[in-house]
Amino acid sequence: MTKSFKKGPASVEFRNVVKRYGSVVAVDDVSFSVEPGTLVTLLGPSGCGKTTTLRLVAGLEIASEGQILIGGVDVTRLSAADRDVSMVFQSYALFPHMNVLENVSYGPRVQGVARQKAEEMALEKLRLIGLQGMEKRAPSELSGGQQQRVAVARALVLEPEVLLFDEPLSNLDAKLRRRVREDIRELQQTLRLTVAYVTHDQEEALAVSDKIIVMSNARIAQVGTPRGLYDEPKDLFVADFIGDATIVDGQVLSVEGERARVKVDAVEVDLPSRGAKPGPIKLAIRPHGFRVHETAPAAAAIKARVAKAAYLGKHIEYTLETPAGELFAIDAAHAEAIAHGADAWVTLAPRGVALVPG
Amino acid sequence: MSAPSDRSLARRLALAVPTLWMAALFLTPFALVAKVSLSTPALSQPPYAPVFALAEGAAAALDKFGELGVAAYRALLDDDLYLASYLGSLRLAAIATALTLLVAYPLALAIARAPRRRRAGLLMLAIAPFWTSFLIRVYAWIMLIKDEGLINHALMASGLVAEPLRIFATDAAVVIGVVYSYLPFMVMPLYAALEGQDAALREAAADLGAPPLRVFWRVTAPLSLPGVLAGSLLVFIPAVGEFVIPDLLGGSDTLMIGRTLWAEFFSNRDWPAAAAVAIVMLAMLAPMLVLYERLQMREAGR
Repeated sequence: MTKSFKKGPASVEFRNVVKRYGSVVAVDDVSFSVEPGTLVTLLGPSGCGKTTTLRLVAGLEIASEGQILIGGVDVTRLSAADRDVSMVFQSYALFPHMNVLENVSYGPRVQGVARQKAEEMALEKLRLIGLQGMEKRAPSELSGGQQQRVAVARALVLEPEVLLFDEPLSNLDAKLRRRVREDIRELQQTLRLTVAYVTHDQEEALAVSDKIIVMSNARIAQVGTPRGLYDEPKDLFVADFIGDATIVDGQVLSVEGERARVKVDAVEVDLPSRGAKPGPIKLAIRPHGFRVHETAPAAAAIKARVAKAAYLGKHIEYTLETPAGELFAIDAAHAEAIAHGADAWVTLAPRGVALVPG
Repeated sequence: MSAPSDRSLARRLALAVPTLWMAALFLTPFALVAKVSLSTPALSQPPYAPVFALAEGAAAALDKFGELGVAAYRALLDDDLYLASYLGSLRLAAIATALTLLVAYPLALAIARAPRRRRAGLLMLAIAPFWTSFLIRVYAWIMLIKDEGLINHALMASGLVAEPLRIFATDAAVVIGVVYSYLPFMVMPLYAALEGQDAALREAAADLGAPPLRVFWRVTAPLSLPGVLAGSLLVFIPAVGEFVIPDLLGGSDTLMIGRTLWAEFFSNRDWPAAAAVAIVMLAMLAPMLVLYERLQMREAGR
């Protein structure tokens, strides 16, 4: 066991990695890279292979094919014990028969560090995450949020090259989630950690990530920055999965350089062309990409009927029936909701509308 | 107005049934045995005195109370045979319990770690033999371990031993019999304790750099201790009082309390002595039964 401490954050690289269980392919030809000191989320619906991908980084699963490099070193065949990577488990996986201090100092103890030194290392991390004074508690005596912080301290204590989070917010109540995800992001940025983070919640992914890897059916659907994925989804799956989007049919009328003239029902808009050719096309329109009018506006508009209207305080959510299909829209401009069943008119905003090629 | 009292009546009845059941089928026989243990042997039918009869009236009964005494218990102290029997029972039960644990642990671990859909089947295989008669299974072991039995035939045919191994009619045979007979009582609680462990705990330990053996000793084993304790008590308690196995497989020098009790009762017709032996054994095992009950309550409470 020759893990040395203080090596700093490392890069992670997957090269055509495949993981099979019998005839089931859980991860199919996945390639990506994580820059040192950045936070990358693996995002996708359940069963898309994101957790298996994370476990492949940890060494808890061994790849069937392909190569995995951490800090430029091939670790494809190394076991979890021999990789300088630590994981914060979804269930936290705190040892119930050990107190907080024993849990956190477990890593260095296993690595052969003397008890006193190991406990010093553990106490330092417990202070870092604000759990000093809790050393002698049993995990069962802590709240869910505290348990998670112990799990983070335990994973951090060896100062791993890469820190992994498996759905870290899933066992916390809604109020705590926002704070914990901010804490994780802050910790990652302060300590300049390389973090891989699995979630199925797109909002969470958008909030914390430097880069998002969207997975679907064991493959990578798209890799990009939160902004890039949101504004320029590569396909309908990504458009739909990252932020709500209504997919509508449109017609590209003309393309001039990087801009395209597109017609949706009665409305014409000017959009980044993204390689589109004149002809039929799909558009992904965000809820705030629609402008909802109570009376017919001067410009051309899509005629709609209000199927549902919900007043949510800071905005109003509409489900609108139109010739272009059912639209989901958010109106933050008006205080009063248009009555259910009433007529309305819809125009498109300059942002929140994107062509989806292919 | 009558509703609450009806309910409390129903509740009292519900509690009364098991209470009466225990009183009739457990406490009464126990009281009878305790009473016999305080009597003295007699050449009569039943073979002890005094014998209480309802028709005699209170005064005669009171007289007879005076005849009760602890002579039988004193006799237990006077004769080394009893102490040797108790110690022999405890020793063989302890050895057998330890060996049962050693056999059952890997078995339970293997079943608990098998793919989920196979576990029920494997557990069934481990337990199925125990659906046939206990007596026949113990008897079958004689065929296996006697001097001209299957095991010795195989050993001698393969040239490993020149003389047959003397297993049958020794303490070793009794230990083998107990290990075999009580295996399911150890496997079941161990399996329950191991199967319930979150696999992520082992993964977390491995993730922090622990090699597999260390994961076992620091995580898997300590977390299975309630199962180890429950299984050990479930084997040890009945093994102490075991009669059939030492009688069929043990030698004439195998001293176990179950056999001594049987001899007192049927060969010597000394019922008070037999009853006293039984009462002392119960007193010895009661703390362990209490411990087991506590353990079960704690597990249920979690």
